[in-house]
Amino acid sequence: MRTRFFTTATAFVGSVLFIRLFFLQILSDQYDDLSLKNSVLKQYVYPERGYVFDRNGTLLVSNQPMYDLMLIPKNLKAFDTLDLCDMLRLPKSKLVEIINKAQRYSLRAPSVLLNQISKQDYAILQEKMWKFPGMYIQRKSVRNYQTKVASNLLGYISEVNNFDIRNNPYYVKGELIGRQGIEKTYEKILRGTKGISYLQRDKFNRIIGPYKDGTLDTLPIPAQDITLSIDIELQEYGTRLLENKRGGILAIEPNTGEILMSVSTPTFDPNALVGRDRSAFFEELKQDTLNRYLFDRSLQGQYAPGSPFKVLNALVALEEGVVDSNTKFTCYSGHYYARNQFMACMCPSGTKNNLNRGIYKSCNTYFSNIYRRIIDKGNKVEENINTWYKHLNSFGLGNYLGYDHPVGQPGFIPNANFYNLWYPNQRWRGSTIVSNAIGQGEILMTPIQLANLATTIANRGFFYTPHFVKEIQGDFIDPKYKTKRVTSISKKHFTNVIEGMADVVSKGTARVAAIRGIEVCGKTGTIENFTKMDGVRTQLTDHSVFIAFAPKDNPKIALAVIVENGYWGARWAAPIASLVIEKYLKGEVKRRWLENRMLNGSLEAEYEKVTSNKPFTINE
Amino acid sequence: MNKFLRFDWYTLSIYLLLVGIGLVNIYSAVYDVDNTAISTGFMQKQLIALGIGIVLIFLFQFIDIKFFERYASILFMLSILSLLGLWIFGREVSGASSWYAIGGFSLQPSEFAKVAVALAIAKYLGGFNTRIDRVKDYVGALVIIVIPSILTIAQPDPGTAIVLLGFLFVLHAEGLPSYFIYTLLLLFGLFILTLLIGANFTLITIGVLLLFTYIYRRWRKVKKALRFVLLIGIMGAAFTLSVSYIFDNIFEQRHRDRFNILLGKEVDVQGVGYNINQSQIAIGSGGGLGKGYLQGTQTKGGFVPEQQTDYIFTTVAEEWGFLGTALVLGLFMMLINQIVKTAYKQKTTFSRVFCLGFACILLIHVGVNLGMVVGLVPTIGIPLPLMSYGGSSLLAFSIFMGIYLRVYYQRIQ
Repeated sequence: MRTRFFTTATAFVGSVLFIRLFFLQILSDQYDDLSLKNSVLKQYVYPERGYVFDRNGTLLVSNQPMYDLMLIPKNLKAFDTLDLCDMLRLPKSKLVEIINKAQRYSLRAPSVLLNQISKQDYAILQEKMWKFPGMYIQRKSVRNYQTKVASNLLGYISEVNNFDIRNNPYYVKGELIGRQGIEKTYEKILRGTKGISYLQRDKFNRIIGPYKDGTLDTLPIPAQDITLSIDIELQEYGTRLLENKRGGILAIEPNTGEILMSVSTPTFDPNALVGRDRSAFFEELKQDTLNRYLFDRSLQGQYAPGSPFKVLNALVALEEGVVDSNTKFTCYSGHYYARNQFMACMCPSGTKNNLNRGIYKSCNTYFSNIYRRIIDKGNKVEENINTWYKHLNSFGLGNYLGYDHPVGQPGFIPNANFYNLWYPNQRWRGSTIVSNAIGQGEILMTPIQLANLATTIANRGFFYTPHFVKEIQGDFIDPKYKTKRVTSISKKHFTNVIEGMADVVSKGTARVAAIRGIEVCGKTGTIENFTKMDGVRTQLTDHSVFIAFAPKDNPKIALAVIVENGYWGARWAAPIASLVIEKYLKGEVKRRWLENRMLNGSLEAEYEKVTSNKPFTINE
Repeated sequence: MNKFLRFDWYTLSIYLLLVGIGLVNIYSAVYDVDNTAISTGFMQKQLIALGIGIVLIFLFQFIDIKFFERYASILFMLSILSLLGLWIFGREVSGASSWYAIGGFSLQPSEFAKVAVALAIAKYLGGFNTRIDRVKDYVGALVIIVIPSILTIAQPDPGTAIVLLGFLFVLHAEGLPSYFIYTLLLLFGLFILTLLIGANFTLITIGVLLLFTYIYRRWRKVKKALRFVLLIGIMGAAFTLSVSYIFDNIFEQRHRDRFNILLGKEVDVQGVGYNINQSQIAIGSGGGLGKGYLQGTQTKGGFVPEQQTDYIFTTVAEEWGFLGTALVLGLFMMLINQIVKTAYKQKTTFSRVFCLGFACILLIHVGVNLGMVVGLVPTIGIPLPLMSYGGSSLLAFSIFMGIYLRVYYQRIQ
C-alpha cells in the first residue's frame, strides 16, 4: 500500500493549479485589455459640426445628410441585383466583391455597401428598400457649402489618416478632420468634442446593452459656429473678375486686420469635394500642375513684388535719412549703375524726379539711386543691408505673417549673410544688388504680404496680424489679432509716400484705377518672371500687380492684386483692384465698360503659349 | 456515539457549497437579459438533477455498505450493458453517441459507469484472496478498468476514457508494482517529446541517452548491461514510431491541433486555439476580486464556448476573481483530502478502495478540467464535478457522495 500517494498527488495538482491561477489573475495584466477589446464597444456620439458665416452673417458652410447603404451579410436574402446595381450605378462584379468582403469581415456585424449616397439617389433607394433584406440605410452628416467660391479659403474635411491618428489621440479611424483651410485651423472649435458611450457586445459583435450601465459614458460638447471676416459678396465678385486668368486678390480692412477677401484663381466649387465622386475629383485637381487649383495664389504664391516694393525702399531711405522728399535724381530713360550695366526706365531722358514724381512715374533711376544710398552709406554695406532687412522685417516680410490659415509662404528678403555667401570675398555693394531697388532681384513676397504692406501704409506705420476669423460663438478670438504691430518707420515719413501713391492713381501709372468720389492710393507693378522650359531659363510675359488702399484718409480697404502674365500693372491688376474697391465702398459698380473688359478678358491664350511647344513672343 | 454526530457533515457542507457555487455561476453563464426563458430552462433542469441527487444521498444513508459490495458486480454488468446499448439506442450529439434520450432529459451512462467501476474495483480488491502485486490478480483489476474505457473511447468520448484509466492510480496506491507507473510516465514523456521535436529527433535522443547508460553500466560492471539497454531502446523506439504514426494518421486534425496549440507549436487564436485563448482572457481579466456577479464581459458576450458546462470555472474566475477561484480550488482540495483521509480510516478493503476511487475520480476531473481551462492540459471534454451544468454528471457525483457518506458513517461499526 502506498498511503501517501493520493495526498501527495492532491497537493501537487492543487499547487500547480494555484500557481497558474495566481499567475493568470494576479501577476499578468494583459488580459484586461484583451477582454475589453473583445467585449466592449466604444461608440462615439458626434456633435454637429459648427457652421461658418461671413462678416455679414451670410451662411457659408453648413451640414447636409448623406446616406450610407449598410449590409448585414447574415440577413441577406436573394435580391434583384440588377435593380440595385442600376440604381446605384454600380457594376455587378463590384457588388459581388463588396458583399464577399463584408462576409469575410463579419457575418453579423454591419459593413458599408456603398457610402455617401446623395439625397437624390437616397429618395429612389428608400422606396425600394423592402426589396433588399439585410440592408439598411445609415444617415451621416457631411459639409454643405452655400457658396461656389472660396474653396481654398474654407478648405475641406476628410477622413483621418494613420498620421493624424498617431499624432492626435482624439481621433479614431473613420472620423473626419479639417484637412485644409479654415476647417483645419479651427478644427477644434468646429468639431466640438465627441461623447463616448460604452456598449457591451457579444462574440458575434452584436450590441447587447450598455457597459457598466453607462456610468462611464460622457456627453458630447457641442461645436461652435465661426464668423469669418470675409465678405462673401466681394469674394464672389473678385473671383468673377479673375475668371480666365491666373492670379490672386487679397483685401484687408486696415483698422482691424480682418481679411475681406482672399481670391485665388482658377478655382473650383467646394461642393465638388463632398460626396462619392470626391476622390476622383480631388485627384484631378491635384494632377493639374498648370492651373494648380489647390495652390492658393493669394497666400502661397511667392512673386518678386516689382514696383510696389519701391515705396518700401522710399520709406527706408527717408527713415535712414539718406534722402529727403525733395532730393532729385536725373533720369536718362534709365541709367548706368555699373560699367555697361544699364537699367531702362519709362521716363523721358533728362527728367529730374523727386520722391513724389519717382513714385507716381515709377522711376527706376530714382529708386536705384536711393537704394544705393541706403546700402552704400558710409561704405558699411553689411550693416546697412541688415538695417534695411530689419525695417522690412517689421512689415512682416521675409517671414510668415501669422494669420489663421494653414497654408502660406514666408517670402524672402536677403540680408548680409545671404550676399556674403552669394558673392565670396564680400565683393558686393549697392550697385551689385540694385535689382532689389525696384522689387526684382532676390526679393519674394506673397500677395497677402503685399496687401499687408498696403494696409501698413494706409495705417501710417502699423498693422494688425491679418486674420480670417471675426467671431467665435461663445469664445474670444486669439488676442494676437488685436495687438498692434508697429513698424520701425516713423509715422511722418508715410505722408510723403501716401501722397505719391495718391498721385499714381490721379496722374501717374494707374489713372485707370481712379474712382469718382473716392481718393484711391495705389502702386502699380510689372514683374519680370522666368520659368524653366526643357531646362532652359525662359522669360515669360510680365505679371501684372497692383497694391492699393482707399480712401486716402481713414482707409476702409487695402488690397493687393496679382494677375500672372498679365503684362503691365495698369492693364489688369489696377482696374480689378479699382473695381473691387468701388464694389466694397459703394456697393455697386458704375463703370460697366471697365467691369465688362475685366470680366470678359481672358489670358488663356497667354497661358497656352507655354504648353504649345512652339516658339512665342512675350509682352505683346 | 451519537448517530447524528457520526455523520460527515463537513464533507456534505463542501458538497453543498460547491453545488451552490455551481448553480450561481451556471445562472450567470446562461443569463440573457432579453430572454430569461432560456436561463430559467437551464436552471430548472439542473435543479431537478440536484433534487434527485439529494434524495438519493438521503436514501443511501439507510442502505448498508454490504449491499453495495454484494451487488457491485451486477451494477458493473448493468453499466457495461448500458454502454453497449449506446450502439443501438444512443442519441448522437456533436459526433458522439454518449446519451440516452429519456423524455425531455438525456442521460449519459458513462458518468454512472465511473461509480460502477469504483464499486467493482473495490469489490475485486476486497476479495478474500486478492493480492494486487500478483500478476494474475492485477490483470483482473486491469480488465475491469480497461473494458469500460474501450467502450467509452469508441463512442468516442476520450475524456471519460481518460478518467476511467485514472483508476490505475488507485491500483498504484493499493500496491500495484511500481514499474506500471514508471512505464506510464516514460511513455508519456516519449509521447510529448515525439510531438514536440518529431520522431527522428526523439529516436536520436533515446539512442544517445541509452548509449551513456550502457557505458555507465559497463563501467560499474553491471551484468547483462546490453540486454537491458536494448530492451528499453526497442520498446522506446517502437512506441515513438507508433505515436508518430497514430498522431499523423489516426488522429483527426482537431486532435492534432489541440496538442500543437498546447505545446506552443501553433498559435491560432481565431481558429482552434480560440477556446484556450478566450478562457484565459476570461480568467486573467477577472483579476484579484473579479468583475462582479453578472458583470463578466467575457461571460455576457458568450466568448467562451461551453461556458456553463466544461468551462464553468471561467465564469467563477471572471466574476469572482482570484478570490473565487482560490476558494473553489481550495474546496475541491479539502474535499479530496477528506475523502482520502476517510479511506485510510476504513477497516474493510472494499470501503477503502471505494473511497480512494472516489477521490481519484475527483482529482482527475478537477486536475484535467481546471488544467484545460487555465491552458495546462489539451482540450479534453470532461466537466468540473458538482459545478458544471449537466444532470448526469451531478447525479453520478451525488451517488458517489451518498455512498461515501454512508461509508464514513459506517466506519466505526
